[in-house]
Amino acid sequence: MYEIIEGFIEAGRLIITLDPDVMTIAARSIIVSFIATITATLISVPLGAAINFGTFPGRKGLINLIQTLYSLPTVIVGLLIFLLISRVGPFGFMRLLFTPTAMIVAQTVLVLPIMTGLTISALSGVDPVIRDTLHSLGATRLQFLINVMKEARFAILATVAVGFGRAISEVGAAILVGGNIMASSFMRSTRVLTTAISLETSMGNIPKSIALGIILLTIALGVNLAITMVQHR
Amino acid sequence: MIDLKSVSKRFDDTVVLRGVTARVERGEIFAIIGPSGSGKSTLLRLINLLDTPEGGEIRIGGSSIHAKGDQRLRIRRMMGMVFQKPAAFSATVYENVAVGLRFRGVGEGKIREKVGDALDVIGLAGYGERKARTLSGGEMQRVALARAMVTEPEVLLMDEPTANLDPVSVGMIEELVLQINRDLGTTIMISTHDMYQGQRLAHRIGVLMDGVFAQVGTPREVFTLPTSREVARFIGIENIIEGVVVAAGSGIAVIDIGGTSIRAVSPFGVGEEVCLCIRSEDLRILRLSGEGDIPGKNSLPGTVLSIAPRGPFSRVAVDCGFLLTSILSWKTVDSLGIEEGEEVFVSFAPDAVHAVRAAQG
Repeated sequence: MYEIIEGFIEAGRLIITLDPDVMTIAARSIIVSFIATITATLISVPLGAAINFGTFPGRKGLINLIQTLYSLPTVIVGLLIFLLISRVGPFGFMRLLFTPTAMIVAQTVLVLPIMTGLTISALSGVDPVIRDTLHSLGATRLQFLINVMKEARFAILATVAVGFGRAISEVGAAILVGGNIMASSFMRSTRVLTTAISLETSMGNIPKSIALGIILLTIALGVNLAITMVQHR
Repeated sequence: MIDLKSVSKRFDDTVVLRGVTARVERGEIFAIIGPSGSGKSTLLRLINLLDTPEGGEIRIGGSSIHAKGDQRLRIRRMMGMVFQKPAAFSATVYENVAVGLRFRGVGEGKIREKVGDALDVIGLAGYGERKARTLSGGEMQRVALARAMVTEPEVLLMDEPTANLDPVSVGMIEELVLQINRDLGTTIMISTHDMYQGQRLAHRIGVLMDGVFAQVGTPREVFTLPTSREVARFIGIENIIEGVVVAAGSGIAVIDIGGTSIRAVSPFGVGEEVCLCIRSEDLRILRLSGEGDIPGKNSLPGTVLSIAPRGPFSRVAVDCGFLLTSILSWKTVDSLGIEEGEEVFVSFAPDAVHAVRAAQG
């Protein structure tokens, strides 16, 4: 019990003194997950719109599949990307394994289903009368899509927050394709908050684990708080 | 302006419209009245290209609306529509009204001028920067009307626009509808389940029942000369009695109703089965058959079944072998001094009776 309390005190010190090691890991985590979330947004919003407004055979089945993939295990995504980018894989020539880029790719794939699915829900949640009104006012196809997205903007923003939360908190994929490497160069290292917590805990370095954990939790809560504030503005 | 030819529509196994045919003239206010589920909304949605008919044709200004691509957009932009449920975009009132103009690529200066004018007309000047979703239902519906009108459509379609509003808001919307029609000459098609709204606003009324227009005519025609038993019932005629013509001549017929004879203005010949429609307001109740009588008037003996209040009036039901109900002022009921179970006479003129062919009903 005493060790845990001591851990929290030490964690506080690491955070307050802006311990360079801890801060670097936190910054890398944010950058990797941020880029992954933005990439996933750029794919999932148009894809979600295409599925929501499209009429094609198998549409319902596709939506069901996307919803099933919400619970895609992170370690499976890690394994899949590992197989694709490992030296013997089809993209092995790109030499992406154990780089931050590989982590970004893995996290993008990981959050794509949930972000696409929630985008579909956000767009289909727009009041049918609003959709009819847009048509009735003489919107072109593009004007219609832009305005429906405008109406769903807060729900889409929430989708982005969910995506970021899932990306920054996953550990399975990051450790498989990133490798938890601490190199001398910031952008060559692949140690992020989750993989560092895993490592430090296994090494018995509890105060550092707690410090990293508090930071991870703060980031996740901070993003959601910011989104909530925007929605209520 | 709007030509409907045998327009039909079904949703899965449910046939909603079964061959609607009508013509709405330019500059006319045409009200579609009918019970819930009769297809009023569907018809307006088909005209506004929000749904596609199974059969028939809709023409606006002589050209078919069933076009593709740019032509379809051009036709749609000739129309504006206000929906039953007040709905506003998640933006300011100004931006809500401006949407249609932005779609048409109108310049910002022109938009400001037109939106400003429109807000003046609907009585919401100074509300431009308010968030539209904070408005009341009635205000939101006025914004919806301004939003549809600011693009100056030739045709305005309104789908039960006052169904969810308080009486004051209903009055405001009705006033705006009349003003738009009068000042801009806009052709307006408005659906309503409130038949009196149809009467207040429309030049002509179409009674949509069971997917077809059961009757189209001026409000006076529809409300005094319904063409079928169903229309008569819908427009609120309480006394509808079936009988057979037993004598006819010089425009007056005698109709036998299970042994009781009624004299009515009727074009039908002897032996024809008819439905007699008599408005409750046209029935008088007398204590004695001869009292104040005019030759040729019907005077039927009966027993008072019930006297029930209805607003400022009383509804008196009398059993004359068949049920007749009369609407009388409280004062009249008091001065007659009638009570339930008493013998009275129900009196009405032959021209208060409107006969329709029973087969139509």
